Amino acid sequence: MLRFALKRFLSAIPTLFILTALAFALIRVAPGGPFDSEKQLPPEIEARLIEAYNLDEPLWQQFGRYLGNLLQGDFGPSFAYKDFTVTELIATGFPVSLKLGSWAMLLALIVGVLLGTLAALRQNSRTDYTVMATAMTGISIPNFVLAPLGILLFAVYLGWLPAGGLGGWKSLVLPVIALALPQIAYIARLTRGSMIEVLRSDFIRTARSQGLPERDIIFRHALKPAMLPIVSYLGPATAAVITGSVVIEQIFGVPGLGRFFVQGALNRDYTLVMGVVVFYGVLIILFNFLVDIAYRWLDPRVEY
Amino acid sequence: MQDALQSLLDNRAAMSALAIMLFISVLIIVAPLLSPWAVDSTDWDNIATPPDWSTAHFFGTDDVGRDIFVRTLYGGRISLLVGLSATLVSLVIGIAWGAIAGYAGGRTDQLMMRFVDVLYAMPFMFFVILLMVFFGRNIFLIFIAVGAVNWLDMARIVRGQTLSIKNKEFVEAARAGGVSTAKIIRRHIVPNLLGVVIIYVTLTIPQVILVESFLSFLGLGVQEPMTSWGALVNDGSALMESAPWTLIFPAMFLATTLFCFNFVGDGLRDALDPRDREKS
Repeated sequence: MLRFALKRFLSAIPTLFILTALAFALIRVAPGGPFDSEKQLPPEIEARLIEAYNLDEPLWQQFGRYLGNLLQGDFGPSFAYKDFTVTELIATGFPVSLKLGSWAMLLALIVGVLLGTLAALRQNSRTDYTVMATAMTGISIPNFVLAPLGILLFAVYLGWLPAGGLGGWKSLVLPVIALALPQIAYIARLTRGSMIEVLRSDFIRTARSQGLPERDIIFRHALKPAMLPIVSYLGPATAAVITGSVVIEQIFGVPGLGRFFVQGALNRDYTLVMGVVVFYGVLIILFNFLVDIAYRWLDPRVEY
Repeated sequence: MQDALQSLLDNRAAMSALAIMLFISVLIIVAPLLSPWAVDSTDWDNIATPPDWSTAHFFGTDDVGRDIFVRTLYGGRISLLVGLSATLVSLVIGIAWGAIAGYAGGRTDQLMMRFVDVLYAMPFMFFVILLMVFFGRNIFLIFIAVGAVNWLDMARIVRGQTLSIKNKEFVEAARAGGVSTAKIIRRHIVPNLLGVVIIYVTLTIPQVILVESFLSFLGLGVQEPMTSWGALVNDGSALMESAPWTLIFPAMFLATTLFCFNFVGDGLRDALDPRDREKS
């Protein structure tokens, strides 16, 4: 197991490298930053800028410096929010997004697996079709369409929940649901398919023929192997939740990392935008690494 | 192939979805003729009015008096255009990558597929947004960026299919006959990929439209005066409380189109390859 973990960890390193290299390259190439030599500056100021940003060093050295800074958690200053470093902004926004995202993933897993199992157990029945059709709808309707409709219904017309902001558990309900819905749909579909296959397998037939109660069969024997595709979907699922959070936080006015990202994008705040991408990228790579380990623990036959 | 087609035609849900899709497409193409209003013409007498047949504002107007009906249909044109073009980009990259990996096999295949695996879990959306931020909102850049995001699935499927075709007798015969690798790929492998490719094209189009809508919703998609469903939903969300029709109609069109594409794609996939039913 340790060797496997090490191997996966090592293969994550080139990915990290590519990610940071891309980030670095984009910052340098982007028009309109302080590295833009098209702006006409008085020579003294230009010299000072070059000195301050180490632009006179060879490229690979600048990249090395950038990597070094990253390792120390320094993402550079924010271009738009003049008094803050990107690190500070990330530190403010991330806990909020983390809370939102974790709840959404938890909800998605629990509801998705339950619905999928239900559909699998009653395959080709009315329940099955209803669940699957709803799942299809969940995948097809973009969350930035559902979210405003949700606000319209629950906050404006019914007044049950606040329309946005952050304060108390009520304000989390709509954003979490909006974030979780597409994932619930995907996970339900995956679970249904996987469960159907597992329920058809020989060892389940044996268990049934030996007279085990159905509940035991489902929860103690069928569920674990059926979860394998779900576990490997967790990686892309997290990426999807992170992507979704960008829009959801914008719509609900939640001060998380996603919203910082969008504001940064619209304000041409390159360092902020870059910092968020690298941060999330590292997070996802780390998460995928953990998922790989978990998968291997569940099914030792897996090889890479 | 015959019974696959029959199975599809029997699938009433998929057929109705197809019919709806065709209806929407026709509507979108024929749009200008059905209404006296142009995309950006402002009707000062009717600002933010609900649907009203007497003024020929079938879907109402937005806060600057533009007709929502025409804008929704024009937005549909752009959304579908981006959808098809970006899917084409995805198609080209995905088929090339998958076919080469599948046919080459061995180390090359492993490397190429590992690359796909690595990219699979990355939040590509972020990079697309970055590209839009850094390089402006050129519509061609949108095609390419959005297309480059979605080729991974296609590559995987194509590679799998290539692997199974590669081992068939007629390919072996061609190789024994001395046909060059490039020619084999072109004349034997690629035409046999058609079935799978069609399925995944039908499934990629809605994903691509979704990405474009996402971008437009954030204000990073197509620029004025062009509009797309995503941009319209964005505009509509702002007016949600006072003029809900500005949100509801574009949203309905977007959701219905995506739903239908997904449905038909699923139907095709079930018809042509029942083993794949579990994969999402």
